[in-house]
Amino acid sequence: MNDKFLLSISPHIYKKESTARIMWTVFLCLVPSGIAGIFIFGPRALWMIVACVAMAISTETIILALRHQRITITDGSAALTGLLLAYNLPSSLPIWMACIGSLFAIAIVKQAFGGLGKNIFNPALAGRAFLLIAWPKYMVSFSKPFIYSDSVTSATPLYLLKEGKAETIHQMGISYLDLFLGNRGGCIGEVCIALLLLGALFLLWRKIISWHIPFSFISTLGLLTWLWGGSQIGRADVLFSLLAGGVVLGAFFMATDYVTSPLTREGQLIFGFGCGLLTFVIRRWGGYPEGVSFAILMMNALAPLLDRFCRPRIYGHEKINKRI
Amino acid sequence: MDLATGLSIIIGMVFINNFVLSKFLGLCPFLGVSRQIRLALGMGLAVIFVMTLSGLLTWLAYRFVLVPLNLVYLRTIVFILVIATFVQLVEMIILKKSPTLYRALGIYLPLITTNCAVLGVTVLNINTFFANGKSLPGSLGLSLLQSFFAGIGFTLALLLMSGIRERLDLTDVPKALSGIPIAFIVASLMSLAFMGFNGFRF
Amino acid sequence: MAMKRLIKEFSKGIFRENPIFVIVLGLCPALAVSVSLENALGMGLAASFVLVFSNCLISGIRNIVPSRIRIPCFIVVIASFVTIVELLMAAFSPQLAKQLGIFVPLIVVNCIIMGRAEGFASKNSILPSLLDGLGMGLGFTIALSFIAIIRELLGSGKILGFMIFKAYPPATIMILPPGALLTLGMLIGLINLIKERNKR
Repeated sequence: MNDKFLLSISPHIYKKESTARIMWTVFLCLVPSGIAGIFIFGPRALWMIVACVAMAISTETIILALRHQRITITDGSAALTGLLLAYNLPSSLPIWMACIGSLFAIAIVKQAFGGLGKNIFNPALAGRAFLLIAWPKYMVSFSKPFIYSDSVTSATPLYLLKEGKAETIHQMGISYLDLFLGNRGGCIGEVCIALLLLGALFLLWRKIISWHIPFSFISTLGLLTWLWGGSQIGRADVLFSLLAGGVVLGAFFMATDYVTSPLTREGQLIFGFGCGLLTFVIRRWGGYPEGVSFAILMMNALAPLLDRFCRPRIYGHEKINKRI
Repeated sequence: MDLATGLSIIIGMVFINNFVLSKFLGLCPFLGVSRQIRLALGMGLAVIFVMTLSGLLTWLAYRFVLVPLNLVYLRTIVFILVIATFVQLVEMIILKKSPTLYRALGIYLPLITTNCAVLGVTVLNINTFFANGKSLPGSLGLSLLQSFFAGIGFTLALLLMSGIRERLDLTDVPKALSGIPIAFIVASLMSLAFMGFNGFRF
Repeated sequence: MAMKRLIKEFSKGIFRENPIFVIVLGLCPALAVSVSLENALGMGLAASFVLVFSNCLISGIRNIVPSRIRIPCFIVVIASFVTIVELLMAAFSPQLAKQLGIFVPLIVVNCIIMGRAEGFASKNSILPSLLDGLGMGLGFTIALSFIAIIRELLGSGKILGFMIFKAYPPATIMILPPGALLTLGMLIGLINLIKERNKR
């Protein structure tokens, strides 16, 4: 029989996409940066990653079992959270602290709200913020790159900038290439910009993430830094501000998390703008040298309101925003 | 009062020392009214209004009545009476001008009297801007600024919370945690996020 | 028989109708003051003092006060006792007064005190009101201490200033606002869970 007469009910077009596929694809795109992190910071980084991922998966298993629900850890979301958390931590952090952070991220920030798709805040970032506030001294001590030892520390470029110890990258003793490849103090997964961008480009090509949030995030941060980041307007090192710290990791992999960012394009652009603005304000005037995690968390809180007020207009209807 | 001081107060009241998320003042209405965005907005505006004007009235009462007459120890009683009277006045005005708003706010309007945040900001003004019974220069303006932005901070927290809670109504929170516990957990995460502004300096 | 009822008025405030964990009132001081056990006990004592005395006085004048102005009257009574507490604290333990800060005058607007005044003392005679105040005050103090023990232990490794966990770097977050909100949320959740289990 001719295929044209084959009858079946919808859907007729199949794509291989599913939650699991998306999660594992993002996971794979992040792996190169992690390998670079291990290469730069030593075996400690590997244990950190393994511990966080293992803890995340076990916590989710236990909680789903306690709630008598299907154990869906193969969808990769717990593993991804664990990986992202590890990427946001310094390699010299005591492993038990990282485990507590992972437990907090999965149990409280994700499962307490109902599980996958229901959380408001990005679990990995909330876990990182939790650890930062709980054990500040341990979270800001970073190992020197390529010396695989916890006792030799080096300050991150942004820290040097915040403390006024150095203003230009010459004074910091590094070059743009160092920043780009990861030859600097920092968190495990945030330092190797080159491999992060590679992963991000793949995700963009596959349309797993859309360009709106990273674009508005990075351009807002860049513009504000150019205007007010330095001693005079137009005198700041914008390239440095975009390569240093966790901007690339944050803008492409964390702010774009489907669950915690707005649904509409409008909302996403505002979201990215807000992240960039808050990151700049914290970096410029706040007490912390890096503001990406807090900025994204604050915008996570705003995201439900953005969804509420940026609804697309249904053709033929009045503007919904007129009445609250 | 210079720009830096003013901006520090603003950022302080709205983010770092947010009345709800950091000082824990105003939690009862925060939990009670934050389920709907519309209600949250109405409550927030009422609180801003009451806080600002209470700040003004209590400042005047302290400066021109309590201090000269050496009755500083009566501060608590006088302040709460001023606030209660003022809220009663606001109630009557709202009832006259907009009965629908009055009905919408319901019991929460008189509850602004017992809102820790209102009494809290008036006492905070005295603690911050008076030294040994003498007012620091510019303290009236600073007190007003502090009161107004404390209200703004309260409203911000309330609005964010209401947006989140409207969404939480659609999710599948574990039964033991639903209602108040999850609201506290949300507040805890919001408080965590707001700590990003620690150490703010102009 | 009357004795049994009186005991019931006292005991309900401790578990079954615990102001913080069950009725969920008086949260503001519960979070701010529970940073250390010492502060929690101090606040519990101060609030109980105000609660007991204002309950008694309000119960005593309940038949004289016209219904329309009863709330302002209650406020004046409560505020007076709070002022007494403020002055006593300033005289006998200024250290505690400083640590409790603005939460001492804020006892005036503590929902528990106003709630018991309006809901119980204004409708019952003096002895039951006294016991109600005692029970609620005790329940409040116990709840506050519970939260404080958790926060102080995990957040600074100490209890009442004595170092308990020497080797463990304390999780500073517990003595900060996010930790407070988290602790209270989890505790109320736990109690809800226990109530569910008991129902079944």
